Amino acid sequence: MLTYLTRRAFGALWALIGVTSVVFIILHLTGDPTSVMMPPEATQAEMDAFRHEQGFDRPLIVQFATFALAAAHGDLGLSLRHQEPAMGLALERLPATALLGGSAFLIVLLVGVPAGILSALRPRTWIDYAARVVALIGQSAPTYWIGLMLILLFAVRLGWAPASGIGGWRNLVLPAATLGFFSTAKLMRLTRASMLEILGADYMRTARAKGLTAVRVALGHGLRNAWLPIVTQLGVELGGLLSGAIITETVFAWPGVGRLAVQAVFERDFPVVESVVLIAATLFVLLNLAVDLLYAVIDPRIRYA
Amino acid sequence: MATAFAGVAPPRDDEFAQASVHVAALRRLARDPAAVIGAAIVAVVAVCAIFAPLITRVDPNAQDLTATLIPPMWIAGGNHAHVLGTDNLGRDLLTRIIWGSRVSAIVGLSVVAIGGTIGVTAGLVAGYRRGWVDAVIARITDVQLAFPLVLLAVAIVAVVGPGLLTVIAAIGLTSWVQYVRVVRAETMSLREREFVAAAEAAGATSRRIIARHLLPNVGSAVIVLGTFEIARAIVFESSLSFLGLGVPPTTPSWGGMLADGRQYLDTAWWTALFPGLAIMVAVMGVNLLGDGLRDALDPAAVN
Repeated sequence: MLTYLTRRAFGALWALIGVTSVVFIILHLTGDPTSVMMPPEATQAEMDAFRHEQGFDRPLIVQFATFALAAAHGDLGLSLRHQEPAMGLALERLPATALLGGSAFLIVLLVGVPAGILSALRPRTWIDYAARVVALIGQSAPTYWIGLMLILLFAVRLGWAPASGIGGWRNLVLPAATLGFFSTAKLMRLTRASMLEILGADYMRTARAKGLTAVRVALGHGLRNAWLPIVTQLGVELGGLLSGAIITETVFAWPGVGRLAVQAVFERDFPVVESVVLIAATLFVLLNLAVDLLYAVIDPRIRYA
Repeated sequence: MATAFAGVAPPRDDEFAQASVHVAALRRLARDPAAVIGAAIVAVVAVCAIFAPLITRVDPNAQDLTATLIPPMWIAGGNHAHVLGTDNLGRDLLTRIIWGSRVSAIVGLSVVAIGGTIGVTAGLVAGYRRGWVDAVIARITDVQLAFPLVLLAVAIVAVVGPGLLTVIAAIGLTSWVQYVRVVRAETMSLREREFVAAAEAAGATSRRIIARHLLPNVGSAVIVLGTFEIARAIVFESSLSFLGLGVPPTTPSWGGMLADGRQYLDTAWWTALFPGLAIMVAVMGVNLLGDGLRDALDPAAVN
């Protein structure tokens, strides 16, 4: 187990290095951001001076080495646009995204999984059909369109909730519902499919024949065996919420990391993009490790050595 | 009961027995009303995509600045020339929705072909062989998974420049990893089962075990995932177009139409409603068909 953890820790480190390198290379292939950063009336001399000051005139490999050395010390440089430490700028936005993503994940967990189980246990009843229709809509409609329609209905028509910005819980409802809708639907479907597969198994019949209560059969014998794909997917979805936040935050003008990232990509603000990606990547990596460790807990047939 | 076990057991070499399993699955599919509706929707989208110029004679890019933001025909101010109304440039919404199916169909199919092939192969090999192969694939997946997918696609499109091929490549590159995760997890559990041990004891090669014993058993999971992925690709493409990073504005696409319509949300709701409905219905058709396929291919799971 310890060997496994050590190996995974190195793996995580490799993933983070890999991700930052790939982003560094991709972004620098887009070319030098000087023309984007400088005012249009800047002279050639001013452009050259800026380029030299930022180090954009040096070979890519030298720029990467300098960057990697500083990054290893947690310094990702100053934002080209805001002239502030890029990492700080991204971290500042993190609580807003965490609030949005956390609320959305709660919706996924508390609505998606139970609805999926119920739907599988009561096939071809109104519960099953209602859950499946909601799941189908959530799975089929694009996140940003759900957002637009929620804004149209609740903000423009009914005036119940604000269309954008951050503030009290009223500001949180629409973006969180928008962000969580897709994953909730996905989990509902997956939980239902996974449970249905298990419900037909021989040991389920045995459990029922033993006279166990329906709840114990469903949760103790059913869910416990159906859990592997569900937990895998929950991990993927939690990561996916971070990606989804990029679009949801743009639609609702939510001042989080995602909106910062999109702005930074368009403005070619390299250090900020690097910081956002590094933060997101760190979260993803920790999440994946947790999910893999959970496998062994859920399915004792899987052993790590 | 013979067919009930067919979805679980490794396929027999007997071609006749296999064919009858597939025929039985198709029969089950045809009896599932939701799957039939899904197949019908998919067929309509396919017909629109293939025959768009024959269905509507109107140029999807024809602007008419004297007829901008006309409401749908059943609302006061609407007319029969524009069934679903027009957008801010006076382009006919219905025509553009029909033409927009092309981009969605091409992107959906291409992405699943790319992602599915890479992902299923990698997942099977990693889950069955374990060891260094698993470690290498896991490292690559880790890097890929650690990326916020939308940000990766946005970055790729920002580098290479918007366009249909870029969009397909960008989404395809974010797609394979989903298959790896699910197929690997499933394979890791399957390889401990008796029929794999039996095949190993009989001297079957790894390649044969993966192709003949493991692949059929992850098949239903891959089909369910594949429909999610066609759906995801269509939605993903529309999201990129919505952000202004998809296909060029001259190519009608549902996401691009929504990006235009978003600005008229409070005055001309139809410009933001109908393209979204088109996406939702098309994706729903794919999902319903996939659901039906899943049930039909895995009769053991159906009560």
